[in-house]
Amino acid sequence: MNRLMLRAALPAVLLAATASVVLAAGPDIGAVQKQGLNVTAVVMFFLFVLGTLGITVRAAMQTKSAADFYAAGGGISAFQNALAIAGDYMSAASFLGISGLVFASGFDGLIYSIGFLVGWPVVLFLIAERLRNLGKFTFSDVASFRLDQTQIRILSATGTLVVVAFYLIAQMVGAGKLIQLLFGLDYLWAVIIVGILMIVYVAFGGMKATTWVQIIKACLLLAGATLISLIVLWRYGFNPEAMFADAVKIHPKGDAIMAPGALVTDPISAISLGMALMFGTAGLPHILMRFFTVSDAKAARKSVFYATGFIAYFYILTFIIGFGAITFLMNDPSYFKVGPDGAYNKVTSIIGGTNMAAIHLANATGGSLMLGFISAVAFATILAVVAGLTLAGASAVSHDLYAEVIARGRASEQQEVNLSKITAIVIGIVAIVLGYIFENQNVAFMVGLAFAVAASCNFPVLLMSVLWKGTTTRGALIGGLLGLISAVVMVVLSKAVWVQTFGNAKELFPYDNPAIFSMTIAFVGIWLFSKMDASQRAKQEQALFDEQYIRSETGIGAAGAHAH
Amino acid sequence: MAVNEIDGITNNPRFQELVRERSSFAWTLTIVMLVIYYGFILLVAFGKGFLATKIGGGVTSVGIIIGLGVIISAFVLTGIYTQRANSRFDELTENLTRELTR
Repeated sequence: MNRLMLRAALPAVLLAATASVVLAAGPDIGAVQKQGLNVTAVVMFFLFVLGTLGITVRAAMQTKSAADFYAAGGGISAFQNALAIAGDYMSAASFLGISGLVFASGFDGLIYSIGFLVGWPVVLFLIAERLRNLGKFTFSDVASFRLDQTQIRILSATGTLVVVAFYLIAQMVGAGKLIQLLFGLDYLWAVIIVGILMIVYVAFGGMKATTWVQIIKACLLLAGATLISLIVLWRYGFNPEAMFADAVKIHPKGDAIMAPGALVTDPISAISLGMALMFGTAGLPHILMRFFTVSDAKAARKSVFYATGFIAYFYILTFIIGFGAITFLMNDPSYFKVGPDGAYNKVTSIIGGTNMAAIHLANATGGSLMLGFISAVAFATILAVVAGLTLAGASAVSHDLYAEVIARGRASEQQEVNLSKITAIVIGIVAIVLGYIFENQNVAFMVGLAFAVAASCNFPVLLMSVLWKGTTTRGALIGGLLGLISAVVMVVLSKAVWVQTFGNAKELFPYDNPAIFSMTIAFVGIWLFSKMDASQRAKQEQALFDEQYIRSETGIGAAGAHAH
Repeated sequence: MAVNEIDGITNNPRFQELVRERSSFAWTLTIVMLVIYYGFILLVAFGKGFLATKIGGGVTSVGIIIGLGVIISAFVLTGIYTQRANSRFDELTENLTRELTR
């Protein structure tokens, strides 16, 4: 087995989904050696792949129409959809990243979980049922409902592809690094396996297969995390106070782990990050797509309610797992790189970096069997998330750009679905290539950027076109573009990219997250340029609002829009 | 939909009741969630001492309880909305569609 060195990029990559601020706060991890082949993990992952491929074959036979391909024929139940939504959210990065953050700093990990969770009520109260009532397959359907099809679809498809691209690169690089560490597989092979499997799921099984892969993974991840948490709590007689007391005694930071630490110092950055997490959730294309897979608005609401429950439960588990890792691992030198004098840093010297805390805890609580299971689940998690992203990207190309913009609604359903499948294959290949190119790059900022773009382009355009009568094509287009461009530019000029990636001396934008500024720019832009728009088209678009309003509020007029 | 049909619905008292009730309910809950969340963030930024306060004689801090409270509040708020929307608002919508199709 050749000894590849894992660079400090691993923790950075995994923390990516917990947004870029963590990187600055995260501990510095030294080089780690690639692990030997983990047979249990490989066998369990193989079983997962076999099972999901079986489901894909079944799904492929049932997938005939465009509604089947993009929206699983609307036949997903609220409970199943909730698991799939939760699965999209419970990425390997949030499982390993947040539990690792709790392991390193205690309370600070909780701040991140909360930021990720509180977007869901907002999605439910303002977006979910309107989306369900107005849309067909993508959120562009909704944004362009009464506005110019060509311009708004190009804008929202661009927003979708940008979000998908950044999210996908971060996931691919994270997958490669993680698998190298957990399975003892070469980076390139890991990236190729992920890429090929996601192509197969999406191109053959469409939304049905993508949803079931996500559901199975969500159940496995919840089951694994529950089991580890129970073993941890069992040791303390199910008394969290006893666990906290023990953790405070063992952790080098002592009692400081029970209170906010260095993570949030500057309130502007904290609020800006909070806005990106909260409203970015309401603009993530692969998540918005899921509201079209259920039968009606009632089911859409129930899915968000159950999903919020699953995600909340999951974050409580990651908190317990982080504390469990403190108490189970920190006094056991076998999980650390021990110096010649027998000394080790109880946080930073952990093998593989702090993001491996949950993985090591699996070993400490359930031996190699549990370690193999959790490793396989982590791999499955990445696979399921990239499949959902690929489907969202493929739909933006085939349904929005091709069918509505290029063919102007004259493409047959079959042509559209075929193009979507081809796009999925192209996206998969591009993802493999990008994963390879970015192997040793710092991609930590990319998930933060994806959330910022979703919050600053997709979400404002969607919300304003649905809620404000005055919105016109020109306003939505200019405002959305300004949001998109300002978010990207501010991230590029921020510390994570300008200094840590490009190697410049000083960042030009002082905050880690642009959302507070770029969201304001987008909303003000949409308002201002709509107000200034006195064209004939603007008047027609505003006149069409009432019909859209009735349908968005009641679903009246939506009957027949769906093929199911 | 024809113009008179649209005006008929927007002027329908049942439609107006549904929209008024639901939007004030949804915006109230949204504001409650924003206040809870940004209140928590401001406490993290400015009230570290308060969050570090111990409960009873133990090590569990006020911050842990408040943090868990925020998580649970998000779940409870979605539950409250879903419960009310799936009963009251759906009933209003059904009454409206029944009246319109008659």
